[in-house]
Amino acid sequence: MSGSFTKATARNIFYGGAAFFFLLFLALTFDSQQALPKRDNSQNLTPQVIRGKYLWETNDCIGCHTLLGEGAYFAPELGNVYKRRGPDFIKAWIKAQPTGTPGRRQMPNFHFNDQELDDLVQFFKYTNGINTNNWPPNIQG
Amino acid sequence: MKYQSQAVAKPYFIAAIGLFIGQILFGLIMGLQYLWGDFLFPAIPFNVARMVHTNLLIVWLLFGFMGAAYYMIPEEAERELYSPKLAKLMFWVFLVAGALTVVSYLAVPYATLAKWSGNGLVATMGREFLEQPLYTKVGIVVVALVFLFNISMTLLAGRKTSISLVMILGLWGLAVFFLFSFYNPNNLVKDKYYWWWVVHLWVEGVWELILGAMLAFVLVKITGVDREVIEKWLYVIIAMTLITGIIGTGHHYFWIGTPAYWQWWGSIFSALEPIPFFMMTVFAFNMVNRRRREHPNKAATLWALGTGVMSFLGAGVWGFLHTLAPVNYYTHGSQITAAHGHMAFYGAYVMVVITMISYAMPLLRGREANSNRAQVLEMWSFWLMTIAMVFITLFLTAAGILQVWLQRISATPMSFMDTQDQLRLFYWLREFSGVIFAVGLVLYVISFFIKERKTANA
Repeated sequence: MSGSFTKATARNIFYGGAAFFFLLFLALTFDSQQALPKRDNSQNLTPQVIRGKYLWETNDCIGCHTLLGEGAYFAPELGNVYKRRGPDFIKAWIKAQPTGTPGRRQMPNFHFNDQELDDLVQFFKYTNGINTNNWPPNIQG
Repeated sequence: MKYQSQAVAKPYFIAAIGLFIGQILFGLIMGLQYLWGDFLFPAIPFNVARMVHTNLLIVWLLFGFMGAAYYMIPEEAERELYSPKLAKLMFWVFLVAGALTVVSYLAVPYATLAKWSGNGLVATMGREFLEQPLYTKVGIVVVALVFLFNISMTLLAGRKTSISLVMILGLWGLAVFFLFSFYNPNNLVKDKYYWWWVVHLWVEGVWELILGAMLAFVLVKITGVDREVIEKWLYVIIAMTLITGIIGTGHHYFWIGTPAYWQWWGSIFSALEPIPFFMMTVFAFNMVNRRRREHPNKAATLWALGTGVMSFLGAGVWGFLHTLAPVNYYTHGSQITAAHGHMAFYGAYVMVVITMISYAMPLLRGREANSNRAQVLEMWSFWLMTIAMVFITLFLTAAGILQVWLQRISATPMSFMDTQDQLRLFYWLREFSGVIFAVGLVLYVISFFIKERKTANA
């Protein structure tokens, strides 16, 4: 890199490139936002689901599990757990924790009441209804 | 050290290394929990250990960036820092806030912390890497703003070099994009979409500006190569970073409910993201080869070259490995992701902060370079930590390939937990590599306390 390619040229490419691609990113973001209602299952975003999401967050579930593939990789994917396990199993499972099996990974007991368990299940049901372009590849997540 | 006020960087570097030790300790705990699931349960559940591990990393890197800025900006601007007092005050605010946050993670259940800290008013907690309670998040913003005010005022009154401009631009970007951590819509897809505006636009965007500026600063100092040449490289590298990295955000928008066209945008642009990292490697080696002086700090030179190579491998190659949508469909959220995360963070950000510490710390302690013995030990720590991280990455990659095969590709897919049982060998090897990494870190810390042998000088 020498000759006619000066530092000023490089700087202009930086500012110009950054500005152009950030604007393009904003445009794509705007377009995505328009397209979301058809895909994001927001019509099922009930107060119960919102309470469930709050429980999901305030117990740091993402610290062990993935949700739509994002999170920690210590425990199963839960984006499709509603389909994989069904509502009754999910509630029974959460209530039965920790298993206490020696050497096995342990999930804490979060002392949820029945309403909170239903809220969480509704949150999983809503999440399961998001159009993820067919991810995960199979039911195991 | 040319200006007295650069000395405020020292406590920042010391705190960074201290928190780094804590981070590795919790990494080792988590590695064991992968093997003995009930290890330290219920005292430290995995999610708590992970929060501590990742949050400590973020906080100590921020300490490193701030220390670097306090060291670099006065020297680049050719004047004393606007307010060393403010810098010292913010150090304690940030350290106490960071320590309190980690202690509260460990001491009370997360749900209780959320209740106490007013998460019901503004819900921001419980999202990966952004787990901090509201007061910590606000604290980060306050510290960042005061810090930015301090260094911006310094720069405005002094010489404005390209290196310092890029550094400050990166740091302002860091603060601005962090504001998205306060946006947590009920709509999970939107939540995830803008969560990446913090996480991706940090590590594959503005942080790379900081990385580039820090590396350029150290290379100017240790090689004596003409600043014009180095700054031209810097602009080209960060231009490529943002040209590829901004739209490259799309590689996180494949499977979270966003439109399918992101598979094209994300794949194509993020496939180009290794280019700036490759240029960084070429840049570092080129400048060192064209050096006009023999700087006595060989250890700093080694870290600078290592940053180039390892950021290219970790962020570039291991990123590319799973960034194309048809590949990512199978690898998304697997141990492959963990492998990439480890080497990318180590190779790019850990190493550049250590590069800066390695260069600046001897000067802050009143000498151009450490004694030969100290440098030899530091270089041992370089090789131990770096090779250990390569192996951690390789074993996690092996675990990831096996996981993807058994759980997602096989005609008879296994459940998540059954699959995990099959990966134990690799988790053992990973933990063993982690111990080697920790040994390297201990040697690194010891290297600060090695004194010149008196007899050798006689």
